Amino acid sequence: MDKTIISLKNAVVEYDEQKILKGINLDIIDKQFVTLLGPSGCGKTTTLRVIGGFVKLAGGEIFFDGKKINSLPPHKREVNTVFQKYALFPHLNVYENIAFGLKLKKLPEKEIKMRCEEMLELVNLLGFEKRSVNSLSGGQQQRVAIARALVNKPKVLLLDEPLGALDLKLRKEMQIELKRIQQDTEITFVYVTHDQEEALTMSDTVVVMNNGNIQQIGTPQDIYNEPVNAFVADFIGESNIIKGIMHRDFLVEFAGRDFVCVDKGFKKNEIVDVVIRPEDIKVVPQITGEITGIVESVIFKGVHYEMKVNGAGFNWTIHSTQSQEVGALIGMNIAPNDIHIMRESEVE
Amino acid sequence: MESTKTKLIASPYIIWMAIFIVVPLCLVIGFAFTTKDGKFTIENIAITAEYVPVLLRSMWLAVISTAICLIIGFPVSFIISRLMPNRQGMLLTLLLLPMWINFLLRTYAWMTLLESNGLINKFLGLFGIGPFDNMLNNQGAIVLGMVYNYLPFMILPLYSVMTKIDESIIEAAQDLGANYIKVIFKVVIPLSIQGIYTGVTMVFVPSISTFIISRMLGGGSNDLIGDIIEQQFLGNSYNPHLGSALALVLMVIVLLVMSLFNQFGNEENIAI
Repeated sequence: MDKTIISLKNAVVEYDEQKILKGINLDIIDKQFVTLLGPSGCGKTTTLRVIGGFVKLAGGEIFFDGKKINSLPPHKREVNTVFQKYALFPHLNVYENIAFGLKLKKLPEKEIKMRCEEMLELVNLLGFEKRSVNSLSGGQQQRVAIARALVNKPKVLLLDEPLGALDLKLRKEMQIELKRIQQDTEITFVYVTHDQEEALTMSDTVVVMNNGNIQQIGTPQDIYNEPVNAFVADFIGESNIIKGIMHRDFLVEFAGRDFVCVDKGFKKNEIVDVVIRPEDIKVVPQITGEITGIVESVIFKGVHYEMKVNGAGFNWTIHSTQSQEVGALIGMNIAPNDIHIMRESEVE
Repeated sequence: MESTKTKLIASPYIIWMAIFIVVPLCLVIGFAFTTKDGKFTIENIAITAEYVPVLLRSMWLAVISTAICLIIGFPVSFIISRLMPNRQGMLLTLLLLPMWINFLLRTYAWMTLLESNGLINKFLGLFGIGPFDNMLNNQGAIVLGMVYNYLPFMILPLYSVMTKIDESIIEAAQDLGANYIKVIFKVVIPLSIQGIYTGVTMVFVPSISTFIISRMLGGGSNDLIGDIIEQQFLGNSYNPHLGSALALVLMVIVLLVMSLFNQFGNEENIAI
């Protein structure tokens, strides 16, 4: 079995009598790329700060490598953080920023130099040693921040939305870069983001959070294909979420008719959330459609067209490579294994 | 066009400076190098050598006062700069509140506090302690008065640079293994060095040239260079030529000390 490096048990964080974390349980596996994903205010950054030691738990426990570290101050923890706004030391140059942690450990000057150069090479900044950090671009500052944290060879690297301030193209490059660094160094990465695509691209494990609770923990595939509730489904990619009634196993009613599905284990006639991905709705001629609707708008999105279709009392979002006329009457078909049935979620 | 406009707006201040700073400065230099008959002489400057002990005492007390202000002001400013913004405002107002009261009155207040039958001795007397007769009229009382009066001039510039230090930079230092003392020396001090310069200048310069505080709390036996200069203009020993010479020497010393201090600070900055 894989080794657990960090473990949160019933962790509670309060701020001004408001619960930011409502008792979460989370095991982070060693050497994995773990992403905490959720909308702003969901508690993902707070969770990261709890691990870093900057936020104290009001309840529950946190273990690092099997040892309880609830009251261990940040400077004694074997983790390092890449901060959201980089937080580089403006009075030090690139080399001095990276060497900061090693100098505090009083390592021999030779070793410091060697390890810093190794890091500069890893993040592609050789030759920038003497530059002032203020003269660097956002992407370069970001890489200094990563090098400054990684040079200490932490057991766990915490990253708080590190790519948030970069433009799209640079962000994509850095995503691949970070994933490569993680695999090369075999350090556990705990990565915070609100960008679901980023989470799916980079992670071994995704932790979806909302309202101070963990909604789902799983591989990117699990999270995308088998969301446990409507919140996760909606947050991970666009979804059509419609109320339905589960008549019996494998039979659900929504949009005014019965559909065969692959889900079971619900109460008889239980009200459920039915989640259908926009790309899973097939557009067919009106006569052969299970549901019919009128196309209200069509937007070109590059790879596909996004269409809003009004039918059976619901506004459907459809992704299709084929465009339809606005105002056209179309049919829509949904295959049984594209229908995802979820218990009504308490959230939202 | 824009720059001509800017120059025009600045002109009243430039005229003001010319009339009330440059002209008096020229007059001081003029007086310092002339006799009563208006002839050139360096005798006035030569006489100032007699006042070297007073000058040294003034410098010594100013250095001590400045150091104490820095030692008190640094942590206070840092703590205030880390508080919630609304609390910062309140605490700063409280710290600056005494400055709304006249300088002389504040110094008189210390006299009545420190006197042999003053408030402090009366209070201590309630517990059977004292009385202490030697709290007033000594150098300690002068330093106390300077620290009390000039502390806000240390705190304000320090506070204004420290509020610009982002909390995440301090957290980053802790994250990299710095305990609280290391955070202060490796991050907070280097990043507030400009505030330290300004604060030290703003406390040291009035401290070295004060005459009110030394006269009121020093009891007349601890005259500072400021008192000597004042006596040359307003006192019995009326001699504006010597006064000007002393003022000039003092000014040169202050400029030297400050530029030395800045030089030292700059090197320090690079060494970190």
